[in-house]
Amino acid sequence: MIPSIRPSLRELYCARLREFYRQPARVFWVYGFPMIMALVLGLAFQNRPPESAAVVVAEGPGSESIVAALSVPEAREGRAGRPGLRVTTRPFAEADRRLRTGREILVIEPRTDGGVVYHYDPTRAEANLARAAVDDVLQRAQGRVDVFEPKDALVQEPGSRYIDFLIPGLIGLNTMGGGLWGIGFFLVNMRIGKLLKRFAATPMPRQDFLLALLGSRLTFLLPDVTVLLLLGRLVFGMPIRGSLLTLAVVVVVGALAFAGIGLLVASRAETTETVSGLMNAVMIPMWLLSGVFFSSERYPAAMQPLIQALPLTQLTSGLRAVILEGVGLESLVPHLLILSAWAIGTFWVALRIFRWS
Amino acid sequence: MSCQTVIGVRNLVKTYPGRDGPVHAVRGLDLEVQAGECFGLLGPNGAGKTTTVEILEGLNEPTSGEVEVLGHRWSLDAAYIRQRIGVTLQETRFPEKATVAEMVRLFRSFYDHGLDGAEVLRRVALEAKANAFVETLSGGQQRRLAVALALVGDPELLFLDEPTTGLDPQSRLQLQDVIRELQGRGRTTVLTTHYMDEAERLCDRVAIVDHGQVIALGTPAELIARLGGEHVIEFAIENHGTEVQASEFAGLEGVLKAVERGNGFELTVSEPHRVLPRLISHLEATGRQLGRLTTRHVSLEDVFVALTGRHLRDNQEPASEAQPRTRRPRRVRA
Ligand SMILES: Nc1ncnc2c1ncn2[C@@H]1O[C@H](COP(=O)(O)OP(=O)(O)O)[C@@H](O)[C@H]1O
Ligand SMILES: [Mg+2]
Repeated sequence: MIPSIRPSLRELYCARLREFYRQPARVFWVYGFPMIMALVLGLAFQNRPPESAAVVVAEGPGSESIVAALSVPEAREGRAGRPGLRVTTRPFAEADRRLRTGREILVIEPRTDGGVVYHYDPTRAEANLARAAVDDVLQRAQGRVDVFEPKDALVQEPGSRYIDFLIPGLIGLNTMGGGLWGIGFFLVNMRIGKLLKRFAATPMPRQDFLLALLGSRLTFLLPDVTVLLLLGRLVFGMPIRGSLLTLAVVVVVGALAFAGIGLLVASRAETTETVSGLMNAVMIPMWLLSGVFFSSERYPAAMQPLIQALPLTQLTSGLRAVILEGVGLESLVPHLLILSAWAIGTFWVALRIFRWS
Repeated sequence: MSCQTVIGVRNLVKTYPGRDGPVHAVRGLDLEVQAGECFGLLGPNGAGKTTTVEILEGLNEPTSGEVEVLGHRWSLDAAYIRQRIGVTLQETRFPEKATVAEMVRLFRSFYDHGLDGAEVLRRVALEAKANAFVETLSGGQQRRLAVALALVGDPELLFLDEPTTGLDPQSRLQLQDVIRELQGRGRTTVLTTHYMDEAERLCDRVAIVDHGQVIALGTPAELIARLGGEHVIEFAIENHGTEVQASEFAGLEGVLKAVERGNGFELTVSEPHRVLPRLISHLEATGRQLGRLTTRHVSLEDVFVALTGRHLRDNQEPASEAQPRTRRPRRVRA
């Protein structure tokens, strides 16, 4: 290998690499699992044109004419901006019960004066769509004329789909897992097996131990990130608009932040229970808050400062900015600053309180 | 070189903060280990052996007391000492997916000078396992790997903490052979054990440790000689009640010491061939039936029992002569 590297550093680094790739189970969790997650979620949330909407007309005087109006071919087919309609009829009581239990989205109750009452849950997006579509059809059937003829310009660009949002999130998630499992859990296991203590009894340069750990972590990043990027690119046609170098900078700084957090959770813990608890306490809030699976902007404004301070939020939004928007380093300064602060802060504390035994 | 002090310990104290009050693991321990000897720390579980050697290895901080290793102090010359000592911990779990040779190469890389990997494996009889994963090694082989890793730096001073505890008898003997082989190269070894026979077999000098203090020190032969006799006659009398007292046999000519133990008696003697006929005629004269009779050499176990009234190994009855036992909570260490 490179002759100028100290033997202890080289041996520690190689030992760490070997230990990883000789554990097929770990290889699966790091590579297989995120890929399966991307595939499953990517397929489940594929963007499709709005499906046709099933609506119910309550039986009673006037219901036939409504059913007839909603069953003409133009209404069944749908068109730009509105789903096609499929109509059934049921007694009102039954239809209402089904609506309340979530099995129907819209119940149309004919009124004696020729109008209708729409029953639906306004917080369900598809119910609102169905209501608008039904109302449009019924009003036209009764002679309403459009004031003007709108034109639709349709955008269906890669980069704005769910899968494009998801893949950078999964890269961030994998980087977090790598730091916490690959450093935190690993170190605590070494402490439990008295291996840390055994190393401390040798003249091993302690900085080499840390450098080897970080070096192996950064080495594993390359396949970690490449696998997900390739999956996004080749299977889902995700665009990669920014430079790979910028991407690498974001990933490395993010990985250092999570390596520091991993080191910190491992610095004192003496049992797997303790370290698992600490790791979950760190990871679960970020799984939920940091916008991996859905945009963190959905959380209330009061929570945003907290959410923006989390390293995973900064890593995933930074990755999205590079991959999907193609921004350069200059636009990523806030992300990189927050991530660096995490890295420096956690290393600083961890190295002071770390226990070898 | 022969009478140079390698380890000097004066009034060593280590107190751990415990959940129910402080634990006094080591309470004023003194030691001197000379170059080239194999020195044994012998004592029951919880005596403070591991705490003491881990302080000598620089892995634990003493509460108070002075410690000098190879003429240097941990607080000033840790790097110097670490290059020159080899350590096996009481228990170490090595990475399952590393091979024996890889572990040796890794540890070798930490030392400025040391032994060739193949040579180290030869000394612990693990050459055949060089390319085996750690997870495939037997318990005894893993301990020998631990010894190999302690040897790679060709240490002047070797620490072995309970090297054979938990092994089956055959693996114990094999490892004891390995350790004996390592002797006679001018290296100093400090060994802890709670096996008497191991200390007798391997150690030039032994310090018997109990409750964090050295209660006896000397060569195994010296310690045994201190009991006076070298043989023990063990016997039992059929259907005897409280009317038979050990003192009755202490009066027999040639009996140095008599104690009641379990359901029988133990007589310490130097000449069993002279005492036995007297014992038998005494029993006949008093009309008692002999239940069993054996004789054996005095061991360090007897020394320990004589000193503390307790056996070294756990789960054994205290001798009937024992002073009331000062029981301390014992923590099982993972
Ligand atoms: N880290 C620790 N914290 C609290 N008590 C400890 C610790 N290590 C050892 N002890 C206690 O100190 C005493 C001596 O332990 P140890 O040195 O391991 O004895 P030995 O090696 O002779 O079996 C025991 O009572 C043990 O429970
Ligand atoms: Mg011990």
